[in-house]
Amino acid sequence: MTVDWIHFTPWASLIGGMLIGLAAALLILLNGRIAGISGILGGLLRPSHGDTAWRALFLLGLVLAPVLYALFKPLPELHVDAGSGMLLGAGLLVGIGTRYGSGCTSGHGVCGVARRSPRSLAATGLFVGAGFVTVYLVRHALA
Amino acid sequence: MQLVFVFAIGLLFGIGLIVSGMTDPGKVLGFLDLAGNWDPSLLFVMGGATLVAAIGFALARRRGRTLSGAPIRLPTSTAIDRRLVIGSLVFGAGWGLAGFCPGPALASLGTGRGEPLLFVLAMVAGMALFELAEWLRARGPKMA
Repeated sequence: MTVDWIHFTPWASLIGGMLIGLAAALLILLNGRIAGISGILGGLLRPSHGDTAWRALFLLGLVLAPVLYALFKPLPELHVDAGSGMLLGAGLLVGIGTRYGSGCTSGHGVCGVARRSPRSLAATGLFVGAGFVTVYLVRHALA
Repeated sequence: MQLVFVFAIGLLFGIGLIVSGMTDPGKVLGFLDLAGNWDPSLLFVMGGATLVAAIGFALARRRGRTLSGAPIRLPTSTAIDRRLVIGSLVFGAGWGLAGFCPGPALASLGTGRGEPLLFVLAMVAGMALFELAEWLRARGPKMA
């Protein structure tokens, strides 16, 4: 392993992370809900009365964030290596996996770890581990 | 009024994802590529996010109610069961294939690019398949 010092962004990542944490803190304090993106989105597919508007508005804010950001600074570039088939397959796995495992990087990774939930710590270790193995296979073993 | 705040919190969450670099799948894959040229940035995102979120959860636990007096809804399950393990592994595999997870994928939709849209459509389809399977499991005859 070598460390990629050129792309390493400790300060921007720390500050951005703190903004994500602040958003999660505000959502629990103001709305009483966990900022788990897969759960918030997945819940829209099983609509129940009085539980839909907050989900839709939170996600609308998330989607419009680049529009607001672009008013002040140019948006960072996206480097997408995956082709269309890979994107579709990856999306399916992420959709099924996050719902079956009850959470993703935000719900388990940020909120669950912040609550010191052993269930979320286990989930986070598992999906990060699976991510390591997958990238190893795609980039090194099978490439 | 509450909903205006929730919209603003969604914006803040998305801005955090952009500032932290996590909306770029290349940066996420740089972290997941331990055997290559490793970019540790994602650790700093998680560190900063959990630190601040932990303060929020501690305050919420102490108050027991939201600022408007509504109940706080925390997950009740504590089981590290088969669903959690398999679901997390499947999610991690998909995450490693494209470098997108749900939050950054949605936050990249607003850039107008095609790749996040394709990924999100497939992700919603995956979630819908899950709902369909749950629905069939709940009402269908016991198969196994």
